[in-house]
Amino acid sequence: MEHTTSIDLEKRFEEKIARELKIEPKDWMPEEYRRMLIRQISQHAHSEVIGMLPEKNWLTRAPTLRRKMALLAKIQDEAGHGLYLYSAVETLGVSREQLYRDFLDGKAKYSNIFNYPALTWADIGVIGWLVDGAAIVNQVSLQRTSFGPYARAMVRICKEENFHQRQGYSICLTLARGSAEQRQMLQDAINRWWWPVLMMFGPPDAESKHSQKSMKWKIKRASNDTLRQKFIDQTVPQLEYLGMKAPDPHLKWNPERGHYDYGPIDWEEFWNVIRGKGPCNKERLRTKRVAYEEGQWVRDAAIAYAKEYN
Amino acid sequence: MSRTFDTSSPTTTSTDEAKIHYLFQLADNALIMGQRLCEWTGVAPELEIDLALCNIALDHLGQANAWYEYLVEIYPQATDVDQLAFCRDEHQYYNITLVELPNGDFAQTIAKMALFSIFNYYLHDALRQCSDARIAAIAARSYKEIQYHRRYASNWLLRLGDGTDISHERMQKALDIVWDHAFEAFTPSPADHIMHQQGIAPDLEQIKALWEDEVHQLLHKATLSIPDTGFTGYRAKSDGVHTEHMGYLLAEMQYMQRRYPNLQW
Ligand SMILES: [Fe+2]
Ligand SMILES: [Fe+2]
Ligand SMILES: [Fe+2]
Repeated sequence: MEHTTSIDLEKRFEEKIARELKIEPKDWMPEEYRRMLIRQISQHAHSEVIGMLPEKNWLTRAPTLRRKMALLAKIQDEAGHGLYLYSAVETLGVSREQLYRDFLDGKAKYSNIFNYPALTWADIGVIGWLVDGAAIVNQVSLQRTSFGPYARAMVRICKEENFHQRQGYSICLTLARGSAEQRQMLQDAINRWWWPVLMMFGPPDAESKHSQKSMKWKIKRASNDTLRQKFIDQTVPQLEYLGMKAPDPHLKWNPERGHYDYGPIDWEEFWNVIRGKGPCNKERLRTKRVAYEEGQWVRDAAIAYAKEYN
Repeated sequence: MSRTFDTSSPTTTSTDEAKIHYLFQLADNALIMGQRLCEWTGVAPELEIDLALCNIALDHLGQANAWYEYLVEIYPQATDVDQLAFCRDEHQYYNITLVELPNGDFAQTIAKMALFSIFNYYLHDALRQCSDARIAAIAARSYKEIQYHRRYASNWLLRLGDGTDISHERMQKALDIVWDHAFEAFTPSPADHIMHQQGIAPDLEQIKALWEDEVHQLLHKATLSIPDTGFTGYRAKSDGVHTEHMGYLLAEMQYMQRRYPNLQW
């Protein structure tokens, strides 16, 4: 009988990664790879879930029935993404319950962007267009991530995110073609969301502490700055088509680089929001915590009932 | 064209007027039910429930949309769906008061949904076979969704009623709160009456018998008792006289159309 040593296992793992083969839940993987995946996928799941809150803020006030239905369908998709990602991360041997409690206790991160308020109806358009748009750029690259269940989740999720982005842009387009008041509402929303959206891709490559190993193991497939640039390049023409401006005087096409140049990002704001000091951090978490606590008796009842009758 | 909405009098006399009023009853029930369920988004007891409530809310908004679209075709005063959904005054909405009641806790939402969807189920079962082809078609499509709402609410009512002591107590209390409002469904409005005479709407006495049978059995199975019936004179669906809750619901729902009239969104 042959003995597989841990060195053999590690070699086999590295080979798979090198050959672009997917790592599956039952495969051997380094503990650190597992930990990094659990962290990233659960953060992603929490983001989907908490992202429902800013949009919910306008669901009951949506201006037309068609927009209300589309927004509700979008939020429903996000709940589905959350569930789907929680199942993906559970294949790594952690329980969704535990992950969710960590999240409620403030021990887990989620995307910073959801710690900003959705103040007007235009925000709903801009969230769909820019926030889902930025998420897509990131997630398209993650379709090639090395962990099989995560890669497959991304393929499925991206299809729906594309739809969300089109929907958001359609709201923006209607506002851009509307009254002066509507155009002002749109410009104001763009001004507030622009920089936080650019921060969604994470800190500059030089300062990103998790990035190197993550790239080596092909969890991450493109660097933060690369993805940010890609997003800006594809978004500026859409912005111009709306006849709106970005709140960045340095934003300019650079023919030599073949990319848009952009102004400095306020990373201090980014780190503050990460540390829980964004405008809505406390409120968002409190909302989810209260909902969880108030739902306890419902979950208890379901368990008690299932025990008695199944 | 003005998008504010005028109706001379809610009293229905002719068959055409009765049909329009009747369609408003159906549309407004669905709209207000959907609007309330939207409030649960993101704060349900668990993610699966969030997903289900979104789905059920969406079904109701879709049904409302279908009824309003039909109204736009046949009602000379209607310009578009959103004028009907968002630009009427409170007394021009003809939903039953049950659906406008606040969500309360999850038990209260389930109580509302169970009592409403069991009624709605038998109503749409009859309507899908009625002589008005358009009403029958919309009802047939809605019926499939309502079957699911009825099953979902009944299952939860069972679990909560027969789950733990706490859930039992909450479920019983919730039923007591919403109970009286359910009977409005069976008090015929003038439009119900005329539409029944026209062979379109079912006999509400028969629907009530089916509803009582099913609800009583369900409560029995859930170890819950049938609440005492108090005031049964609610008639928002006849004359638009609502509960105190409706004004707040509309203030929120109509905010954009009121603040920025006559714009595209
Ligand atoms: Fe999503
Ligand atoms: Fe999305
Ligand atoms: Fe559905």
